[in-house]
Formats: sequence, structure tokens, C-alpha cells
Amino acid sequence: MRIYVNEEKVLWQGEALCGSVRNHYKPDADIVICNGAPVPESFPVNENDHVVLIKRGEVPSQDEMAALMRARNPEYFQPALCGAVVAVAGAGGLGSAVAVALARSFVSKIIVADFDIVEPSNLNRQQYFTDQIGMPKVEALKANLARINPYMEVVAVNKRITDENVVEIFHDADIVAECFDTASAKAMLTENVLLRMSCPLVAVSGVAGHADVENIICRRVGSRMLLIGDGSSAAEPGRGLTAAKVGVAANMQACKIIELLVEKYCENKDQW
Amino acid sequence: MKIKINGEVKSFDQELSLVELVEELGLNPQHLVVELNRSVVQRQDFGSVKLKDEDLLELIEFVAGG
Repeated sequence: MRIYVNEEKVLWQGEALCGSVRNHYKPDADIVICNGAPVPESFPVNENDHVVLIKRGEVPSQDEMAALMRARNPEYFQPALCGAVVAVAGAGGLGSAVAVALARSFVSKIIVADFDIVEPSNLNRQQYFTDQIGMPKVEALKANLARINPYMEVVAVNKRITDENVVEIFHDADIVAECFDTASAKAMLTENVLLRMSCPLVAVSGVAGHADVENIICRRVGSRMLLIGDGSSAAEPGRGLTAAKVGVAANMQACKIIELLVEKYCENKDQW
Repeated sequence: MKIKINGEVKSFDQELSLVELVEELGLNPQHLVVELNRSVVQRQDFGSVKLKDEDLLELIEFVAGG
């Protein structure tokens, strides 16, 4: 049978067990993953299965690195997210966390746009480090993402998104993530994407404070927009933004983006 | 006239433009995206769009934070 061992296609003619595949290809491997989940040696191996063999603590060669990093993602992520381009509008609490989740999921490319620099007050929730204070956010994020997943292409646009430049900057995106902070910027981006682009939009409204996180929901608005949040918790004096709650919304955003890309792949759609 | 706003039917005594409705509902037009009969209305047209009986309106209101 044909199987994939550390993402290399091989013809396996031995016993149809993951343990036997391990003994043949990498006898010192102590982690055996089949189709995204760790399995015991006795686990059966079938045609087209993806078996990943890892020796704990060993840094893989460059040839194997990406395959081993991806081992715990569902196997359909690779074909569904390979080639996908996601626009991330804003690199704050939402955008920096969305970008990290997309990088770990092996989305091929993101275009991230923001005009701001890293400030100390960002660090309570945004995916930056104290030694990056003063750096343009998009540059700091690009550097951090390169350390997480050097295989993702990151286009860093250090500009304010406006009515005039939004289509030009994001034109080749398959999906847009609205990750801005102010209500007017969120509305401006949404209006432009819905009016002048044809891809789906995943936007956020109502994520401030620390409590009632269970009120964060995702609802469909119109034909190609999803809106995440409780719809009313605005950031204002007395109600700040917190890592845990903004993180929930950001990761829900990344989840829905991936779900849409997988759906598009599975239904073999050319267009949305 | 009756207008369906975010799935709920509301009655109004007089003719309204979109911008008048937005004002009456106490919403900030800068924080809104409006779909009228499933088409997005550009913000600069809020003043010129007259609402009609049985219009289907989706008001997407954004609040700050991210």
C-alpha cells in the first residue's frame, strides 16, 4: 500500500501496523502520529495514511521540519490551506493572535497591515515582546511569525488602511480578517470588502472586558460575512481589553477562516 | 410604512431617509454598515436613500475593541 512517512510517499509492503512502519523507517522514534493523532504501535495503517515518526528532543533536518511541525494538524489542512492567502487588517490584540494561529496551521501566506508601533500598553494582550517596544507592529509580527513557522509568507504593510488603498493592498486575499480597534475603522473596512471585493470577511465587534466570555458568538451576516463577538461590549474607560477574552475572539476568527478555506477545498469551489 | 430591521418588523408614521432612521435609532453612522434589500449602501449615500414600505434592512453596528 502507498502511505506517507514524514510526508514522503512510500510503498509499504510490511505488516499493516504503525509500529512496524516505525521499526522500519525510524526505530528510535518514540512518538508515532497517524493522521494527526498520536497512536500506539498496534494501531493499524491503511492506504494513504500519513504516519509521522518523531524522536523526542531531536531537531529535524530542514527536509523534514515542515512535515513534523504539521503532524498534529488534520491531514486535509495541507491541501486546503496550501496556497491560501489571508488578509489580516490590523496587528493588535486580534490580528497578532489570528496571525499566530494561521501560522501554526500552515496557511501559505498572510498580508498583514497596520500603521502602529508596539507600545507597552499593547503587551497585556498582543503577541509581542518587551524588546520589540517601538518597532512597527507589522515588522515585529513578521519576525515573531518567522520564528514560529518560517514556511509562511508574510507580507507586512506598514500603512493605515483607507478607502483608497484597501483593495490594492488586499486584492489577492482569499479571505479578509477584520482585526481593527476602532468602530469606524471596522465599519470602513467592512463596507469596502463587501462593496469592492468578492471574498468572505470575518469581522469582530464586542470583545472588551474580562467577563461573560460565553456571550461571544459567531453569526452570519448577509451572504459572505461572519461577525464574532457579543455585539455590545465596547472598549471604554472602565472596560479594558484583556488577553484571554480578545484571544477567544481572535482564535474563533482564525477557526472560522480555516473552516471556510477547508469548506472551499472540500467542495472544490473556484469561487465563494 | 413597515420596515424589517435586523429581522424585526418596525412601523414608522412618516417617510424616512436612511440617515433619518439611523438618527432616530440613536446610531452613529460612522460605526455602521448597512445592507438594504441585500445590497450594501455606501455611507456617503445614507442621506439620499429613501426607505420604502417592506424594505429589508440589515444594520451592522460595530463597537470599539480588538
